[in-house]
Amino acid sequence: MRIKTISRSVDEFTRERSQDLQRVFHNFDPSLRPMEKAVEYQRALTAAKLEKIFARPFVGAMDGHRDGISCMAKNPNYLKGIFSASMDGDIRLWDIATRRTVCQFPGHRGAVRGLTVSTDGNVLVSCGTDCNVRLWSVPRPSLEDSDLSSEKSIEPSAVYTCKNALLAVDHQFEGDLFATAGAQLDIWNHNRSQPVQSFTSGSHSVISVRFNPGEPDILATSSGDNHISIYDIRMSSAARKILMRTKTNSIAWNPMEPMNFTAANEDGNCYSFDGRKNEEAKCVHKDHVSAVMDIDFSPTGREFVTGSYDRSVRIFPYNGGHSREIYHTKRMQRVFCVKYSSDATYVISGSDDTNLRLWKAKASEQLGVILPREQKKHEYNEAVKNRYKHLPEIKRIVRHRHLPKPIYKAKAESRAMNDAKRRKDERRKAHSAQGTVVTESHRTRRIIKEVE
Amino acid sequence: MEVALEDNNLMEKVLPPDEQEINVELETKEKKYLRGEGANLESLKDKKLKTQLASREKLYGKSAKAAAKIEKWLLPASAGYLETEGLEKTWRIKQTDIAKEVDLLSSKNQYDIVLPDFGPYKLDFTASGRHMLAGGRKGHLALVDMMNVNLIKEIHVRETVRDVAFLHNDQFFAAAQKKYSYIYARDGTELHCLKERGPVARLRFLKNHFLLASVNKIGQLHYQDVTYGDMVASIRTGKGRTDVMEVNPYNGVVALGHSGGTVTMWKPTSQAPLVQMQCHPGPVSAVAFHPNGHLMATSGKERKVKIWDLRKFEEVQTIHGFHAKTLSFSQKGLLAAGTGSFVQVLGDSSGGGYSRYMSHPMVKGYQVEKVMFRPYEDVLGIGHSMGWSSVLIPGSGEPNFDSWVANPFETSKQRREKEVHLLLDKLPPETIMLDPSKIGAMRPSRRKEKPTRGEIEAEKEVAIEAAKSVEMKKKTKGRNKPSKRTKKKKELVENAKKTFPELEEKNIAGKKRRIGEDAAAELPTSLKRFARKN
Repeated sequence: MRIKTISRSVDEFTRERSQDLQRVFHNFDPSLRPMEKAVEYQRALTAAKLEKIFARPFVGAMDGHRDGISCMAKNPNYLKGIFSASMDGDIRLWDIATRRTVCQFPGHRGAVRGLTVSTDGNVLVSCGTDCNVRLWSVPRPSLEDSDLSSEKSIEPSAVYTCKNALLAVDHQFEGDLFATAGAQLDIWNHNRSQPVQSFTSGSHSVISVRFNPGEPDILATSSGDNHISIYDIRMSSAARKILMRTKTNSIAWNPMEPMNFTAANEDGNCYSFDGRKNEEAKCVHKDHVSAVMDIDFSPTGREFVTGSYDRSVRIFPYNGGHSREIYHTKRMQRVFCVKYSSDATYVISGSDDTNLRLWKAKASEQLGVILPREQKKHEYNEAVKNRYKHLPEIKRIVRHRHLPKPIYKAKAESRAMNDAKRRKDERRKAHSAQGTVVTESHRTRRIIKEVE
Repeated sequence: MEVALEDNNLMEKVLPPDEQEINVELETKEKKYLRGEGANLESLKDKKLKTQLASREKLYGKSAKAAAKIEKWLLPASAGYLETEGLEKTWRIKQTDIAKEVDLLSSKNQYDIVLPDFGPYKLDFTASGRHMLAGGRKGHLALVDMMNVNLIKEIHVRETVRDVAFLHNDQFFAAAQKKYSYIYARDGTELHCLKERGPVARLRFLKNHFLLASVNKIGQLHYQDVTYGDMVASIRTGKGRTDVMEVNPYNGVVALGHSGGTVTMWKPTSQAPLVQMQCHPGPVSAVAFHPNGHLMATSGKERKVKIWDLRKFEEVQTIHGFHAKTLSFSQKGLLAAGTGSFVQVLGDSSGGGYSRYMSHPMVKGYQVEKVMFRPYEDVLGIGHSMGWSSVLIPGSGEPNFDSWVANPFETSKQRREKEVHLLLDKLPPETIMLDPSKIGAMRPSRRKEKPTRGEIEAEKEVAIEAAKSVEMKKKTKGRNKPSKRTKKKKELVENAKKTFPELEEKNIAGKKRRIGEDAAAELPTSLKRFARKN
């Protein structure tokens, strides 16, 4: 006869000293865990509710400008600083951690329309309606400069004048050139007082310009006659042109997929295009009710943030048609510029009410140093919530966002209008000969034509 | 280079036989961790969703493989066994023989506690198997730490105690006493008196839902949430008095065994039973559930123990010879049955059904009241009229516990944390259902299919036949005219035809159709409203 019974010695299963960690044993057998799906569902419900409880996205406001903020620029080399410029010519460098102005760059006599920083972080380029381009040398942040009482002001290192007002500026990645947009598109070098190259296209002014992060010589511009043009500065004219129905206020290239860009349009939608194939948009991002003023991609390339004339800031997934998050405050008026911070944690919005606002990119994120156990718990909550997020109880909680009344009403109205239009189109199609009435897909609906 | 690669490929294909065996073993284990079939992705048209689900399925496969490997290589302990050589039979082996062969720690688990004054004892164990609660009929409650065989607390309540149950951990327990049930804390303080239930015959605790279920002398079933004291449901079973009640650990339904031989299954949210099974010709004396939720053992007074499959509600096996007063399944699937002073343990020989494994005859005066396997140990606890005993049954317990599920070596801090987590994961009573894996699954579409025309016609034929074959009563006193009889019969057939009005309309309208049916199908959608409706 051979016998063995379970005998556990206490030493093997408990700790030796009180300084040791408690021993943990695992057995993943499903029969030890009855009703595991129901328990998981319960945890998903709790996780969804907790996420809503901890959702406090607003971190703080940076107060100091005396007029509405027109543009912002990120310093690629320094995470904590952000430049902002207002409609009265005031340019400031802010320290995001303390939310104070580090130094000011006075000089512009009209609205500052464009702000950009060179890739090495040394030169700040600004342009404005006073037809000037100013180059400033960015002060190096050092420990002695934490003297917060004095706000330094700096003299520009160069001032270049043009014939017409300038509307936007952007700096080349890994290069020495920057482009300004105004009556025409000009390419400048830091050291020359006249543009190195000029592109003219029609009679309308160029509204915005953005260099491609992957290819240093390619840039995308949008003009007032509803065109989006892609230029290669080595060539003499536009490489590609897309004519849309309404004008594009801003363009942003996806930093992780540099052939794709997203255009923030005046009709409230954002259109993602593949730069190589422009007949139809890759994705139409619809959620704003009024013109989208600015757009910026997260450094992960998975999300982008948009600021709109309807007083809200929305965060969209790069391939999703609807926003995952909306931020709004009663005090925040028309949002003119937004930036996603370079560590993908914060979103900064500059608006008409002279404030820069700092928001968390993930509203219920715990900031600061997180213990590994906490991190694991957050990841588990996220995963279990995503597993059951299509079930009605959980979907209702996860999807719920409070919208300000004007936006809510505008959305309801536009939904009713779209439904009516769609019904009428369906009926028209049903009552006409097959093939005569063609429904246009949303991806091509707002594009009139593509010009080579 | 190419030659070398080929060699590698060849080597991969021919594995040594032990590795092949191990692979086969790992595959069978993997199936358990996969928890069912994968999703059918072929029918999906949405490409994005298809790729997302395909990557998910891959992850499931990987995690199942990893879990199978862990089970094979990393688990600290292995299951117990009892193997005989030659002509020896396992059921002839006595506990004294086992005591000689087994190590010191295990032999500590074999004992008899004799307490003749306080009546037959009922037992309950906590989920981790560390603590045991013994309740004697004459009012003796004892809370014992099984690891050190240490008496923590004993109380004499001086009235009849019919049943005892632990709540979620060893800190609280409930006792069903003469008139009411009471909840006590670990140190013996009476916390609550549960008056609503009346005199309770059986008490059971549903761990995931924190529900204390009880059946009382009138046959009413009560569910009470012990976290905030609300009576969630009180159900009148309508089947009279019963004291056979068990909880199915797999899905949380409560099964009652009635004196008519039926076993009914209940959930707190409905007043009617979920299932009613006629199990025995006579009264049901005991019910037990296998931890995997598929098997149920019932015993009736006609000296049969029947094993049922709960997925099909069919009888799988009948064991003749004894009528068990108490039944219990162990974690590994062994079935213990206690009758009189004899305890028999049946084991599931692979594929052959349940057969005798071990037995434990006790002294004649010890009438077995309750048998219960101790979780995570190879021990069977027997509560009888002279106290309680504990015997070794090798191979009955799960050797590897999971600290996050049930930890026999819990410290007080771990216990407190676990209590909080249990409360956070408390399930609402609506989640109790026969198939708990339905949560999160798709609801099947509700649209009832219309019966086809052929089916309706067949039904009509049957109705007409039935009407024709009705026996007409022969009337007397001059009322039995043939013309009247035929008229009556025709009326019956017409009535039978009238119950199928759709067919009637179609038959009439079909004669008046102008546009043929084929033409109607060719019409464009806008003109379809003008086609004749048939």
